[in-house]
Amino acid sequence: MLKYILRRLLMMIPVMLGVIFLVFFIISLTPGDVAAMILGDGATPEAIVELREEMGLDDPIIVQYANYMKDLLTGDMGTSYSTNKLVSSEIGQRFPNTFKLTVTAIILAVMISIPIGVVSATRQYSIFDNVGMILALVGISMPSFWTGLILIIAFALKLGWFPSGGMEGIRSLILPAFTLAVASTASITRTTRSSMLEVIRQDYINTAKAKGVSRSIVVRKHALKNALIPAITVIGLEFGVLLGGAVLTETVFAWPGIGRLMVESILRKDTPMVLGCVIAFALSFSIVNLIIDILYAYIDPRIKSNYS
Amino acid sequence: MTTKIESTNVDDLIKTKKRSQSADVWKRMKKSPTAIMGLILIIVFLCMAIFAPLIVDYEADAIKINVIERLQHPSKDHWFGTDEFGRDIFARIVYGSRISLFVGLISVSIALSIGGFLGSIAGYYGGRIDNIIMRVLDVLLAIPVILLAITIVAALGGSIMNLMIAVGVANIPGFARVVRASVLSVKDQEFIEASRAIGAKDHTIILKHVLPNSMAPIIVYATLKVASAIMATASLSFLGLGVQPPTPEWGGMLAGGRDYMRDNMYIVMYPGVAIVLAVLSLNLIGDGLRDALDPKLK
Repeated sequence: MLKYILRRLLMMIPVMLGVIFLVFFIISLTPGDVAAMILGDGATPEAIVELREEMGLDDPIIVQYANYMKDLLTGDMGTSYSTNKLVSSEIGQRFPNTFKLTVTAIILAVMISIPIGVVSATRQYSIFDNVGMILALVGISMPSFWTGLILIIAFALKLGWFPSGGMEGIRSLILPAFTLAVASTASITRTTRSSMLEVIRQDYINTAKAKGVSRSIVVRKHALKNALIPAITVIGLEFGVLLGGAVLTETVFAWPGIGRLMVESILRKDTPMVLGCVIAFALSFSIVNLIIDILYAYIDPRIKSNYS
Repeated sequence: MTTKIESTNVDDLIKTKKRSQSADVWKRMKKSPTAIMGLILIIVFLCMAIFAPLIVDYEADAIKINVIERLQHPSKDHWFGTDEFGRDIFARIVYGSRISLFVGLISVSIALSIGGFLGSIAGYYGGRIDNIIMRVLDVLLAIPVILLAITIVAALGGSIMNLMIAVGVANIPGFARVVRASVLSVKDQEFIEASRAIGAKDHTIILKHVLPNSMAPIIVYATLKVASAIMATASLSFLGLGVQPPTPEWGGMLAGGRDYMRDNMYIVMYPGVAIVLAVLSLNLIGDGLRDALDPKLK
């Protein structure tokens, strides 16, 4: 098992190097002179040339990338163009907020979706199943920023139960976390239902039933445990969707996480900050995928035996 | 003489087989009320996009600022009310459907052609080519789709063209994976080997034999991806990174209406409903197609 985890960790290194290069390259396509932008309108051409030299902006992209990587390995992600703060400290400050939001959302989503998916599958084509599946489809089709706006109108502006934005106490977490959870809840429900349906038709379920094992034990012990494997994959994939959705949800609810930081930095053309945010997102996505894979191997002995 | 008769017979057989296959899929899909609802919805949206100039006047209703008529609640003159600039929200939704459907379809075509090309080569040749292509795509896959699209559009600047490129490129790895998987599932079958044995070239085999036989999952995936591309387009415009005002776009309309939604709920209601219905219709069709193409799952 340890060998498997180590192998996966090692495999992450080239991917992350590639991600940073890719984002570095994409952002370098941005038109306009960064040095001129930093110095403002009154800058002399000489000063611009000097700053370009100092920042290494005239070097080939691969050299700039190497320099960036060298700094990154010492924990230096550069300085923001607009606020002059260290990118690493700004991200370090904001990241826990995004983490809090996405983890709450995924917990909410799992808690709601797995039971609904299981009941839907055990009572296929019942009213519960049909209504549940239509709601799940609508849930997948709702853009998170719109869900957020509607929840703000209903629960913040009209009813006044929750604040409409900001981050103060647990009450301000509820609306954004729920907004973020809607789409994931819907797709995890659908996956749980369909993999449950597949498992229920297997021979060993019939065997268990024939042996006289009670219905609830068959569902929980024999069916659900096997049906959870595809569900866990989807939870991992959904985490990527959640991280992307965090950008929108944080914008709607003025939540001080790295998603909002990224959008603000893009609008301010603050490249080092944008780069830092994307790296933080990609790294957390990769780590979640790694955890999912380990969990996977833990649950499914067939996978574990491949690597031991 | 006999051989000729036989060959036409075989041709006939193949033809009827083909027709009956797509007819079969349609027959199964017809039975699903949700899939039919999706089809009707998307046809309505398509008509709206195509015949937009016949329904409303672009310049007068959707673009021209009309301060006297600003923030009017829904009425007989303005079915969905007017926005903060006095523009008719219904007219803007009608024209917005053009952008959403257009960007959705074009970006998926970009992703399908590039991703499909990479995926079929990787799947067909395997080995080192497969390894190189898939490792490069792993890098793209490590960034969530919408974040990758945001990054690209942030660098290129907000325009309809750049939006299509961004959403398209961000979806390439997904398509490559799906196409590769379905190519892998057919490439070792006997009829592929047979055409190789009679000396067919690789690209003929891939285009004429492998791809047509691995189409089912690709069609389903593409349908669902048009839905998510429409969602991504609206998201980017909502963030102020996509289609720029005053061009009417659903997500952009929501961003503009946010500040006025306390007393004018309709201003964020209708554009949002338009997004949900458009995305929902494609999801319904995608689901229906999947069930119809793969009866085992039902």
